[in-house]
Amino acid sequence: MSASSTAPRHDPAYNFAFLDEQTKRMIRRAILKAIAIPGYQVPFASREMPMPYGWGTGGVQVTAAILGPDDRLKVIDQGADDTTNAVSIREFFRRTAGVETTERTDKATIIQTRHRIPEMALRDDQVLVYQVPIPEPLRFLEPRETETRTMHALKEYGLMHVKLYEDIAMHGHIATTYAYPVKVAGRYITDPSPTPKFDNPKMNRMPALQLFGAGREKRIYAIPPYTDVVSLDFEDHPFTVQKWDQPCDLCGAEDTFLDEMLTDDQGGRLFICSDSDHCNRRQTAGHHGSMTQDAAE
Amino acid sequence: MTGPIKDDALLRASGLAKIYGAQIGCFDVGLELWPGEVLAVVGESGSGKTTLLNCLAGELTPTSGVIEYRRGNGPMRNILEMTEAERRTLQRTEWGIVHQNPADGLRMTVSAGANVGERLMAVGARNYGDIRSTALEWLARVEIDTGRIDCRPETFSGGMRQRLQIARTLVTRPRLVFMDEPTGGLDVSVQARVLDTLRGLVAELGLSVILVTHDLGVARLLADRMVVMKDGQIVEDGLTDQILEDPQHAYSQLLVSAILQA
Ligand SMILES: [Zn+2]
Repeated sequence: MSASSTAPRHDPAYNFAFLDEQTKRMIRRAILKAIAIPGYQVPFASREMPMPYGWGTGGVQVTAAILGPDDRLKVIDQGADDTTNAVSIREFFRRTAGVETTERTDKATIIQTRHRIPEMALRDDQVLVYQVPIPEPLRFLEPRETETRTMHALKEYGLMHVKLYEDIAMHGHIATTYAYPVKVAGRYITDPSPTPKFDNPKMNRMPALQLFGAGREKRIYAIPPYTDVVSLDFEDHPFTVQKWDQPCDLCGAEDTFLDEMLTDDQGGRLFICSDSDHCNRRQTAGHHGSMTQDAAE
Repeated sequence: MTGPIKDDALLRASGLAKIYGAQIGCFDVGLELWPGEVLAVVGESGSGKTTLLNCLAGELTPTSGVIEYRRGNGPMRNILEMTEAERRTLQRTEWGIVHQNPADGLRMTVSAGANVGERLMAVGARNYGDIRSTALEWLARVEIDTGRIDCRPETFSGGMRQRLQIARTLVTRPRLVFMDEPTGGLDVSVQARVLDTLRGLVAELGLSVILVTHDLGVARLLADRMVVMKDGQIVEDGLTDQILEDPQHAYSQLLVSAILQA
């Protein structure tokens, strides 16, 4: 569960955190450049990792490059610590780096994530590492990379609004709910991929450093602490986040991102926080939802 | 005969050449375009007219020469000495291109409305309702059924695609439009009506146009003045009516006599 004082030492068959020191230095240089140019996609020589692409190899390489022996690592997938992907990445770093791991957001120094930003506000002594499948927000309409690079360089971003226009024309509202494009520090359009737009406001002026690693695409980008992050929209169709008609059935939270869970095959369903640590801690602190109310009474 | 009023040129090319290895695209070309003027560049395929157009439009870098353009009311500036950022800004604000093949100028996978709206959004339009009403207005102007605003150009006929490309290009009211055989890819039956639409808009908006065509009929309908190209060089330059009535160069005479026989 939480951090223990008996963290395993790392398996001596591996260099600390698996990657060799030269590779880590190369990745750190890319990270530094990314921090210096917020939102800009920096190419890096992505390495083969002992896991398939799509399993967070970009995020894993970023984490490996910044991890130190004193770090405490949390890994989440869809907000949960106990999914296969999260468990295997956590296990990978326990074995190759011997670092402590934790499920508690407040105890972690590095949080690697796919899909979600923790509900709890992060601090400036934490780093959030995102696993990114497709780093280029312009690609859906402009597949030529030479062209998208030029568009970034010259701030030609009309195309991003073409996508949002098309959403409204087809659906009556901006239907993009994941990977919703943002402008970082007033300059680069960046893909927060693949987090839900619910989390976009958390990216704005976040005290924690945000690092993004795309393994297959060989790109790293960053949002430094306290950077302005604005979600794109139209004046008459302003950016909004998802809302649910009901609170979390387990902890009663009304301000979190909820996952819908089917409980039986008669259409029974529950809405519960996707951030499992947040939900557990609220329950431990005495908060109840409709399900836990009954049990408590 | 009243040509356009000649004060200061909008665009001037001199000593322009584009050489591809041992092949000459165009050579020693000089021309001027006056504000509000339609200039046709006429010649057969292989005469270098499309190469010339692409150089003038900033799509192709010439081997040598100078292309000056007057941005806003400013001084003439050599576009070849501009940064790529400046040139691309020019291309999406003061300039426009109508390609022969509409697919080259359209985004085939987004709606007609988004195609027209893109240039507006590229220059900062951020009000969906305004963008949409401008798109509707422009579809009507180019005689596309406004009920098709949310359809993709993939579902349009060739003539409609070309009309859509014209709307998409003209919506931001560029000063200078480059047209490459704008009706060249269309069935003869629809060419005349697209040409009519184009002529109406050029007059109404007071556009300056450089038009490349092999079709003297198109030049006669749209152009105030024309240059005749052969083997990469300009062989004759004059008012359209003058050249059509009394061509001086032997090659121009040949072209003119060919359409009279047709
Ligand atoms: Zn909850």
